[in-house]
Amino acid sequence: MRNRSLVSINDLTKDEIFRVLDLAEEFERNPIQRIMEGKVVATLFFEPSTRTRLSFESAVNKLCGRVIGFSEASTSSVSKGESLKDTILTVANYSDLIVMRHPVEGSARYASEVSPVPIVNAGDGANQHPTQTLLDLYSIRKTQGKLDNLKIVMVGDLKYGRTVHSLLMAMSQFGASFTFISPVELRIPQEYKIYLNELNLSYEEHTDLAENIKNADIVYMTRVQRERFSDPMEYEKVKNAYILRNNMLEGTKPNMRVLHPLPRVNEINTEVDNSPKAYYFTQALNGVYTRMAIMTLILGLK
Amino acid sequence: MNDKKHLSVSAIQNGTVIDHIPAQNLFKVISILGLDKIPNQITFGTNLESKRLGKKAIIKIADKYFERDEINRIAIVAPLAKLNIIRDYEVVEKMLVEVPDEIKGIVKCVNPKCITNVENVTPKFRVVDKKSVSLKCHYCEKITDQEHMNYL
Repeated sequence: MRNRSLVSINDLTKDEIFRVLDLAEEFERNPIQRIMEGKVVATLFFEPSTRTRLSFESAVNKLCGRVIGFSEASTSSVSKGESLKDTILTVANYSDLIVMRHPVEGSARYASEVSPVPIVNAGDGANQHPTQTLLDLYSIRKTQGKLDNLKIVMVGDLKYGRTVHSLLMAMSQFGASFTFISPVELRIPQEYKIYLNELNLSYEEHTDLAENIKNADIVYMTRVQRERFSDPMEYEKVKNAYILRNNMLEGTKPNMRVLHPLPRVNEINTEVDNSPKAYYFTQALNGVYTRMAIMTLILGLK
Repeated sequence: MNDKKHLSVSAIQNGTVIDHIPAQNLFKVISILGLDKIPNQITFGTNLESKRLGKKAIIKIADKYFERDEINRIAIVAPLAKLNIIRDYEVVEKMLVEVPDEIKGIVKCVNPKCITNVENVTPKFRVVDKKSVSLKCHYCEKITDQEHMNYL
């Protein structure tokens, strides 16, 4: 991975994924190391994403690197009409690695082609967000002790949810079986079902949440957003149907864990937070270790 | 045999005959090759019977020969097209059009939020299905299919 950009989860081989997860584990055991001393990481957030940005910046800080950047386009030269290419070429002079979040799809791939320093994609529109996928994989492996042959239940907006699509692609490498639970209007797109069929992986589709999580190893929750519905009546009908509550956890497997990419609104009732099966805040912490590992490998520091 | 007879009737002395164009894509081929903007003599026929295509179209362009990359442009809308290169009334060469593995330029990405539609970036695609010609954007990773294809 040395000197390579990370744009899409598909850029990594299975071995490289394991390398990231193993190193992240090492950072979890020993999170303060001075290995990024003298390195400058630029965090260019053309659209705000506080959580992702802070996670990256925390990762750099813990490894004693320095951070420069901006947290929204209005405070950068983009507001003066500068092209993405010019911004990247300029910032590349100031930094050893660029972490970039951009609303335009494919912007990270393009940036990686023009940039002399590696790019880490921190989300390009609805397209890719590979560090999220890697931290999800890390969280799954950590809670289940393995990645192979797990039963993954995905809940909520499966049509537009970038994180679920990437996670599906990644977990399908490990022979997972899937259950998709969503309102009819937000079902998983056909292309992913075709993909799973080609790999001979089993999946089920349901609209009911409580009934279908009993056999799950992982329940991956996502937000159902009002603006995704063409018919507001439809939203009103389903908005309360995809809220995870404590009583639904009864009878689920002891090893089952609830994941969520965050931010949460109301799709996981706060009463669940105290359940030993709630894992989403630890998942966010894992993001720091995973990003430490990714940047360390790309910068060739380990 | 039949073909030869047909050619000799409306023969061109020098130039190119493009055969086996799906009839519905005739005008796309004309526009992609810029045939509507050149001074050459051109005849075309459309909705001709074809066993392979149902309805096919054919274009005869006098005094015009195409480069490889120009032929690739046709491949996207007429993957089965065949070019006859004519010199002095004789077919001196036949060229099959081949859909390339990768397409640069020519087609616009269908995704309005793709970087190629926002900044000055040349679209680039991987051909994921050569038969139906469906293209996966190198940048935004969305699929552009035949039905939604627009040309640069």
